[in-house]
Amino acid sequence: MADVSLEVPRRAVPLRLPRLPIAVSLALVWVGGMIVVALLADAIAPYGYTALDLKHRLSLPGEPAHWLGTDELGRDVLSRLITSIRISLIIAFGATLISATLGTTLGFLAAHFRGVVEQIVLMLADFQASMPFLIMALAVLAFFGNTLPLLVCLMGLYGWERYARIARGLAVAAGSQGYAAAVRQLGASPFRVYARHILPNIASTLIVSMTLVFPEVILMESGLSFLGLGVQPPMTSLGNMVGYGREYITRAPWIMLSPALTIVFTTLAVSVLGDWLRDRLDPTLR
Amino acid sequence: MTAPLVSVDGIARHYAMRRGLLGRPVEIRAVDGVSFTLSAGETLGIVGESGSGKSTTGRVVLGLEPADAGSVAFDGAAMPAAGTATWRRQRARMQMIFQDPLGALDRRLPIAPQVREPLDIHEIGDEKARAARVADLLDRVGLSADHGRRFPHELSGGQRQRAVLARALATKPDFLVCDEPISALDVSIQAQVVNLLVDLQADLGLAMLFISHDLRVVRQVSRRVAVMYLGRIVEEGDADDLFARPVHPYTRALVSAAPTPGRRMADRVVLVGDPPDPADRPSGCAFHPRCPMAMSRCREVEPRLTEVAPGRRAACLLVDAAAAEPREGAR
Repeated sequence: MADVSLEVPRRAVPLRLPRLPIAVSLALVWVGGMIVVALLADAIAPYGYTALDLKHRLSLPGEPAHWLGTDELGRDVLSRLITSIRISLIIAFGATLISATLGTTLGFLAAHFRGVVEQIVLMLADFQASMPFLIMALAVLAFFGNTLPLLVCLMGLYGWERYARIARGLAVAAGSQGYAAAVRQLGASPFRVYARHILPNIASTLIVSMTLVFPEVILMESGLSFLGLGVQPPMTSLGNMVGYGREYITRAPWIMLSPALTIVFTTLAVSVLGDWLRDRLDPTLR
Repeated sequence: MTAPLVSVDGIARHYAMRRGLLGRPVEIRAVDGVSFTLSAGETLGIVGESGSGKSTTGRVVLGLEPADAGSVAFDGAAMPAAGTATWRRQRARMQMIFQDPLGALDRRLPIAPQVREPLDIHEIGDEKARAARVADLLDRVGLSADHGRRFPHELSGGQRQRAVLARALATKPDFLVCDEPISALDVSIQAQVVNLLVDLQADLGLAMLFISHDLRVVRQVSRRVAVMYLGRIVEEGDADDLFARPVHPYTRALVSAAPTPGRRMADRVVLVGDPPDPADRPSGCAFHPRCPMAMSRCREVEPRLTEVAPGRRAACLLVDAAAAEPREGAR
């Protein structure tokens, strides 16, 4: 009896990570991976994205020299995919940020000044919403040629009207009664009211719509590239790869399958993350 | 007597309302010619049923809404237009307590930073002084430092209203408008918050405009009371006197509707009919359709607010000696 030890074995307390749903963890890993790939594209790509290997044209995936195979010119699909991810992410992130900033600013201006300013912003939003964006993009690209900064800015016009409407509606609601009216009544400047109070309060809604717009921008860029108006060869993007791989879909489907799957997984992962973020960003749901 | 801190002269506030899809816009006079003065440290209670324009009066007096007619002067100077830099600076001297404390607080910020916000806005004191002031304010309204670290939704209704009060008092204002400050609270909490308000008002020498529909609370808080009906003051006077000897029939009905222990409810004046529609104001005295003592003249003549006794004003033809010369019943 005397030998019985009552001491509880001390276990090392494991590092407590916040428990994430499995889908969110996978999405996080995928998006993180994509960002790492985009940042380190030059270092991890085994070949240059234009490097030809004419002896191994249309080689199957799984070969030791070309893991994902090669295309019709013998260019390494993996290297091209890595470069494409970088270009597509630059366009999608840049465009999403531009449209979120533009839309939120216009929405706040409409909510603050009301009257004519509000009418103009709403008219522009209606115009944007009723005009097929693809047609507008085609027109702009046809007239101004095609450079990466122009493409990012053009894509930045995509979806701004949603932020504008959300920001305006929520700011008006907060301003007519509630915390924003209370803070204004304390003597706060309009900038303080919008930046310190309204923006953090509606950020979760805006972030969710960002994660909705983000995949759409990737798809839109893919569509434009597919039509030959987006990223121009020899530069490559995910949509561009799908577009040019289409001609070999029966003989060498791997050329377009890997970028297509990347598009699907990335957009899905961003949507899952957005949904999860909305819940996490609300202190009242914690 | 010193010059009044707040003097309100004939303010009016009109809204346009459209009825139905194709209806013509109808003008609603939410507030229609309200005048009163308030000295430093004095409390004026405003009572009235919903739709009587008491909240709008509070908002116009604070300069949150422009007056369509009349003027508000604060400390001898006219109220600057809302949103200007002068107006914003003046907020440090006049503050408001809202009906819904949860709505008035930013639910994404803990309490302490919100109480501190007016100090940041008006750049009062340095970092250390502000922190000390916040601790002092929280203590003053009966909240602990731990409450200051919580979010608004983690506090009870009474605690939230205390936090709102602490925030309003941060800049040491001279004038406080309380718009139904306890209506959203539990009955058990109401008394605590009212007592806190009364104590703070006495300690700090605040001038206060206390808006409520609860007669007993108004009586407890205010020295003077004004009764509003359809955007106008119908009776005004010393609180105890007004509730003990109401002159205006509407005040009488209000007072008799408030239950008092030990009094039979049988002699209650029961008003018939709905509160009238502000868009369709009755002619003459607005109260005549519901007034148990209405005369035929009440339909035609608008009673003016006249002094019926020292410090006592009422707007009723029954007591308006000047307007009563051709009194048919007296012949």
